[in-house]
Amino acid sequence: MELLKIQQIEKYYGTRSSLTKAIDGISFSVMPGEFTAIMGASGSGKTTLLNCISTIDKVTSGHIYLDGEDITELKGKQLNQFRRDNLGFIFQDFNLLDTLTAYENIALALSIQKKPQSEIEELVSEVAVQLNITDVLDKYPYQMSGGQKQRVASARAIVTNPKLILADEPTGALDSKSSKMLLERFAYLNRELNATIMMVTHDSFTASYTSRVIFIKDGKVFSEISRGSDTRKQFFDRIINVVTLLGGDVSDAL
Amino acid sequence: MLCKLSLRNIRRSLRDYAIYFFTLVIGVSVFYIFNAVDGQAAMLQMSESKKKLIELLKMVLSGTSVFVAIVLGLLIVYASRFLMKRRSKEFALYMTLGMSKGKISAILLFETIMIGIGSLFVGLLIGIGLSQLMSALVANLFEADMTQYRFTVSLEAVVKTITYFALMYLVVILFNSVIVTRMKLIDLIQSGKRSEQIRLKNPVLCVIIFLLSAAVLAYSYYQVGWNSVKIERNKMAVLILLGSLATFFIFWSMSGMLLRIMMSMKGVYYRGLNVFTFRQISSKINTMVFSITVICLMLFVTICTLTSAFSIRNSMNKNIVELCPADFEIGADHIVDEGEKVPPSIEELYKNCGYDMTEGAESYVNFCTYYDPELTLGKSFGECYEGIKSMYPFLSYDMPEEIVKLSDYNKLMKLYGREMLSLDDGEFIILCNYKSMSNLREQSLHEGFEIAPFGHTLRSKYSQCRDGFIDLAAERVNIGIYVVPDNAVDETAVKTEYFIGNLPNGSEEEYNAGEALMTEHFTTVSEAWDNTQNSYAVGSVFKSEIYAAHIGLGAIVTFLGLYIGMVFLIACGAILALKELSESVDSIPRYDMLRKIGVSERDISKSLIRQSGLFFLLPLLLAIVHSIFGMKFAVFFLESFGTENIWQSITATSVILLLIYGGYYLVTYFCGKRIIKDKK
Repeated sequence: MELLKIQQIEKYYGTRSSLTKAIDGISFSVMPGEFTAIMGASGSGKTTLLNCISTIDKVTSGHIYLDGEDITELKGKQLNQFRRDNLGFIFQDFNLLDTLTAYENIALALSIQKKPQSEIEELVSEVAVQLNITDVLDKYPYQMSGGQKQRVASARAIVTNPKLILADEPTGALDSKSSKMLLERFAYLNRELNATIMMVTHDSFTASYTSRVIFIKDGKVFSEISRGSDTRKQFFDRIINVVTLLGGDVSDAL
Repeated sequence: MLCKLSLRNIRRSLRDYAIYFFTLVIGVSVFYIFNAVDGQAAMLQMSESKKKLIELLKMVLSGTSVFVAIVLGLLIVYASRFLMKRRSKEFALYMTLGMSKGKISAILLFETIMIGIGSLFVGLLIGIGLSQLMSALVANLFEADMTQYRFTVSLEAVVKTITYFALMYLVVILFNSVIVTRMKLIDLIQSGKRSEQIRLKNPVLCVIIFLLSAAVLAYSYYQVGWNSVKIERNKMAVLILLGSLATFFIFWSMSGMLLRIMMSMKGVYYRGLNVFTFRQISSKINTMVFSITVICLMLFVTICTLTSAFSIRNSMNKNIVELCPADFEIGADHIVDEGEKVPPSIEELYKNCGYDMTEGAESYVNFCTYYDPELTLGKSFGECYEGIKSMYPFLSYDMPEEIVKLSDYNKLMKLYGREMLSLDDGEFIILCNYKSMSNLREQSLHEGFEIAPFGHTLRSKYSQCRDGFIDLAAERVNIGIYVVPDNAVDETAVKTEYFIGNLPNGSEEEYNAGEALMTEHFTTVSEAWDNTQNSYAVGSVFKSEIYAAHIGLGAIVTFLGLYIGMVFLIACGAILALKELSESVDSIPRYDMLRKIGVSERDISKSLIRQSGLFFLLPLLLAIVHSIFGMKFAVFFLESFGTENIWQSITATSVILLLIYGGYYLVTYFCGKRIIKDKK
């Protein structure tokens, strides 16, 4: 059974006279353990889509089901609780709390779930090994490099063992070496821990690490490709082909 | 164009300016209210002597206003500089666009003028409204009639308020333009980027400094609270300085220690949002140790001032009933310099002028007190004399003690309606109601303690001083009178002659007529005697005079306490609120992030309550501890007024503190909550 099912969602902005359709009838499903990328040009609606899935934004119509639960029906308090217990977030600008150490940033995700202190300590050190950040745990964000910060943010996202991890341009603020290292970690989490990851990006290289890419144009699904048994390089070439077909100003960084 | 820009700026940064504006408005209205007191009082029906007191009150208040204006001025300069700093980015933008510093100054000038005029207008309106209520307080304090009262506006106070605040705004404008000319573009651009460095202080050092400061505070507390009598001015200054420094270092070390302690309590630290809350608090305290110290000290001064002021007033009201139980007292001192002639009795003085001394009095007692040059204050201390003298070198140990005959004293007590005393032959009693003095006397006093006035050996009946007095007074100022059996006195050694009594009190007119008659006679008599060129003088005291002076003093003290206390409270609240709110603005992204990872609104509100709560509470707590010992010191000085009602004063102080300081806390919390509220 699918983990995430998106059914004919629409999101409109503006007034009746000047209506913008950010999302114009998108449907697709994500199976547990899938690593999906959503690609599209600036303004194609990919971030809006992610915001709707993450319940940060509300859809105008349509339904989103996570594990059978309709999350478009959630209100107020339930929303925060839903995010806390089911989702992990990774943002482009890391969004770490600058007053807390790396350890405390990761622990915060657990402590707001009211996990006991002993369990927190165990889980944090476990996830720190997985993301290779054990030696920066006592540092503050301003003492870390961008790559380290993003891996700490990722650790915070996965430490609660969420059903779905959502990443919004996670490599956007990283240099290519850090990007590669982060994506390899994502692939590792997906492979070894069977984590379901959904990532929004406009970068073909980043997308090539996933197992499935959904292309969005003008608020609609334009096309979709799966990696299958391709190598990363072959998959990258196929992505580039679609991007070329897609036109627009999608980044063609190699 | 510039005007438009300034107006937009104000509207856009309304939430920053709200507290600033709020503070200015309160400042203006408080300033008006206290300066309009005499205008309000003019509407009340009161006697001439009370009107004179109002004049005095006005003078004292306008003197204090200069001090208050300085405090408010400093506060406004602080607040405006604080707001300026928050706008570095904006100024940077103007400068990169090529706007000259002159133009930026002009924008600021315009903004200051707008806010100045706005706050003056609103503040004066509120002040004029509230000052009508103030009239009720004036009427109550001066026991005046309010029936003729109508709504009034004191033009003088309005002009004064506008002048003072215009001056303050001028200073602000000057400061701002100095800052603008000193601004460098590179600093402005980088101002936001500078990531906050979190340096954990060395915990060992923190503990050492904390313990040291605590020890210094304990020493100062001890000196002030239990060693009060030995403190002279220089030592007091040293103690205040030590206390202030220790306060600073307590907060300094606490900011480091508090977090460490919390971090070591892992169960608590990693529960819910606690990690975040504690980090926020500790970074806040870290960056404003100095401000918190100043606030703590200001709160301390406020608490002590208000409590003392209320206490003086409360006790006075109670004291006067007890300590002034007759209507008039005429006294004549008989101890004269060598070579001067011994004065005649009061009765003779009146006769010389053709009056009857008793005319106008309904009931009276006429008696003398005596002295033995051998029985001095020093002798009364017996074997404790040397010890006491080394501690209090400035008491007049050679002054002869006042001695009264038992029968005379009991006659007086009958007039006063107070308890009479009884003595066996060879016994004496010491009367004293000034507590510090009775404490000293009781060091040597014990049952059977012997003195020998005029060659008669007498033993003390009690081991304590009895509460009592002869002179009419408003305060407890009797430092000691001996009551001895009639036969133990040499009647030639007169110290003072008293003529104490009541006026006819059938109606107010009758009473006033009696008082007028007595006053007229006494004036003639005392002038006639003064013309004889003698150093000896006769004096008179009327109950009405004591009442008037007492009411005036009580009212002036109350007004001063309220004035200074309120201004200080406003200043403290404003500084904390400004800092806290700007902190909230800076923390918006943090709260957004917390929401994204699923923290509930309830937990966020809870965290905010704790943050601002602790921020407001911390200086208050230390200030309260300071005040406990500060008040112990103040009580030592308030003793002559009596301090039985101290709890009542503390309650009144707490209410005012809760209203203003608590009000600022609530405003801060709700504004902060609005600032970090989810935009969607």
